[in-house]
Amino acid sequence: MTVEGRAKKAVNDNPVVKGLLHPGQTYLSVTEKITEVVLTRDTPLAWMIGFAVVGMFFMIFLLAVTYLFYQGVGIWGIMVPVAWGFAITNFVWWIGIGHAGTLISAILLLFRQEWRTSINRFAEAMTIFAVAAAGMFPILHLGRPWFAFFIMPYPNTMGLWPQWRSPLVWDLFAISTYGTVSIVFWFIGLLPDLATMRDRAKPKILKTIYGMLAMGWRGSARHWERYKVAYFLLAALATPLVVSVHSIVGLDFAYALVPGWHSTITPPFFVAGAIYSGFAMVFTLAIPLRKVFHLEGLITMKHMDYMAKVMLATGLIVAYGYAMELFMGWYSGSTFESYLIQNRAFGPYALWYWLLILINVVIVQALWFPQVRKNLVVLFILSIIINIGMWLERFIIIVVSLSRDFLPSAWGFFTPTIWDWAILFGSMGFFFTMMFLFVRSMPSISIFEVRELVHKTHQAEAEA
Amino acid sequence: MAQDGPQLYGLMAEFEEPDDLVAASEKVRDAGFHAFDAYTPFPIEGLGEAVGHKRSLIPILVFSGGLIGALTAFGMMYSSAVIFYPINSGGRPLNSWPAFIPITFELTILFAALTAVVSMFFLNKLPMPYHPVFNVPEFQRASQDRFFLCIEADDPKFDLDKTRAFLEGLGPEKVSEVAP
Repeated sequence: MTVEGRAKKAVNDNPVVKGLLHPGQTYLSVTEKITEVVLTRDTPLAWMIGFAVVGMFFMIFLLAVTYLFYQGVGIWGIMVPVAWGFAITNFVWWIGIGHAGTLISAILLLFRQEWRTSINRFAEAMTIFAVAAAGMFPILHLGRPWFAFFIMPYPNTMGLWPQWRSPLVWDLFAISTYGTVSIVFWFIGLLPDLATMRDRAKPKILKTIYGMLAMGWRGSARHWERYKVAYFLLAALATPLVVSVHSIVGLDFAYALVPGWHSTITPPFFVAGAIYSGFAMVFTLAIPLRKVFHLEGLITMKHMDYMAKVMLATGLIVAYGYAMELFMGWYSGSTFESYLIQNRAFGPYALWYWLLILINVVIVQALWFPQVRKNLVVLFILSIIINIGMWLERFIIIVVSLSRDFLPSAWGFFTPTIWDWAILFGSMGFFFTMMFLFVRSMPSISIFEVRELVHKTHQAEAEA
Repeated sequence: MAQDGPQLYGLMAEFEEPDDLVAASEKVRDAGFHAFDAYTPFPIEGLGEAVGHKRSLIPILVFSGGLIGALTAFGMMYSSAVIFYPINSGGRPLNSWPAFIPITFELTILFAALTAVVSMFFLNKLPMPYHPVFNVPEFQRASQDRFFLCIEADDPKFDLDKTRAFLEGLGPEKVSEVAP
């Protein structure tokens, strides 16, 4: 075997860096490749078209919110007993999508999974924008949104304090902490890359902007030491945080007595579903990103394979959750619990329920096959289907449970109006608009961590 | 010292490979220099030790931040629910501490995380709008693909000619003077 052949084999056999980078990468080549996405002057046509489309949906969102504030929540299909409708469905769904970003950036960092490196940055950005999209809904769904601040503890002339025993108050703290920690984690990760942007940008205005954001970062060895400690601690703090956030969202439901909500499985079930749908969204974003900006050398098929496996594993946990719901409906011996199951499967929303089962229990099994995990078109379509499935799950938990609870005389039926749909698709418009702007203004792959990976690859070569 | 000639911040050596920089830093440290630093485009294992970095204060600060967060949260809930606005809600005890745990947890994380960020910036003396190392034109590659070592003129052992000769002996690509 030649020397070169041996080196290549060593890299391929190395468990740490195996297949994560295409061969022949240097510090400069990865730096150029990633900064080019932002600094190039000719914006890809695909970006322009995509931005026009998502921007239009963002405008629909602004229109829908304006009309909502003018007219009130009566424009939606909600009524008593289904008072939560689409708004809270969207809230739970968006929060869940954010969770994969934190899982990739924090939990995989703690487990030293090198494959997170190429995907953590835009997954973190995804988290921030998803949490921002989610955070709007609890305020939008209030009848009097201008009183939203009443939930915050502050000394007021009424002498009132929030009810600390309410999960809705916990939610305020969980979501705002999650949003804040996600933003600082993202910014800290971005800091050395902002310095790279400052040093590579040609126009003076860009140099100044990136220079101010980089805060004078100069890559000092002493700075790196403190940086690494702070970054790891943030990851260690974000890990239990992400589990707590969706657990608390789950407790919003588990605390209430409504059949279908009042269950101890809700918090872990919500967390698994969150990671599952979040990974689907990472696919939805990563596949076009690597195609349009030619990042195949950095986001490799190995990444796709690993992410697909995580998605499959969490999908199976979700499927287990459905099975447990069915089992508990029977095993509890409660009239209302068993009626809930009957109502889900054969009631007025049965079609939605079976669609959910089809997607999250049946279709997701396709990921067992390596051929599927290697086919980007199939993965992309699958990721969109899975996100629809997870949205349906939130919808079924909220709307189907509320519409028929205890007394048949108090039952109701929720039909979404055009404004319900406008605000759902509009919120996607907001999210994707932000992602489009992010990709063209900040390095969407962590440059310094990819350089570390290049260094490790070189070391593996040298050992051969 | 530097006062004799033209004002000088220090001497900077440029390396192509991270391992050469670590080896050079160890030699500089062993030669008795204290006021020097290495600059790299990514964190390098063992380099902190090579430039004489001691254990960081950050973990202790973060722990204290978390503790303050926990006390703030629990104190806020206890004082409002038990002292300032006691309400009998469904016969539950006023100090129903298990229900106070989620917010206590969240604020512990929030305070600890913000402490980690603020102390990292504070101890690194960032933001720093001006620093002499940026006067070396090649230094813009310190954030891309080159590895630098700068011995500062403040160091008592610093002597322009001798230190330059010493740095040249470490096998760098180039040695440049850094304007203050």
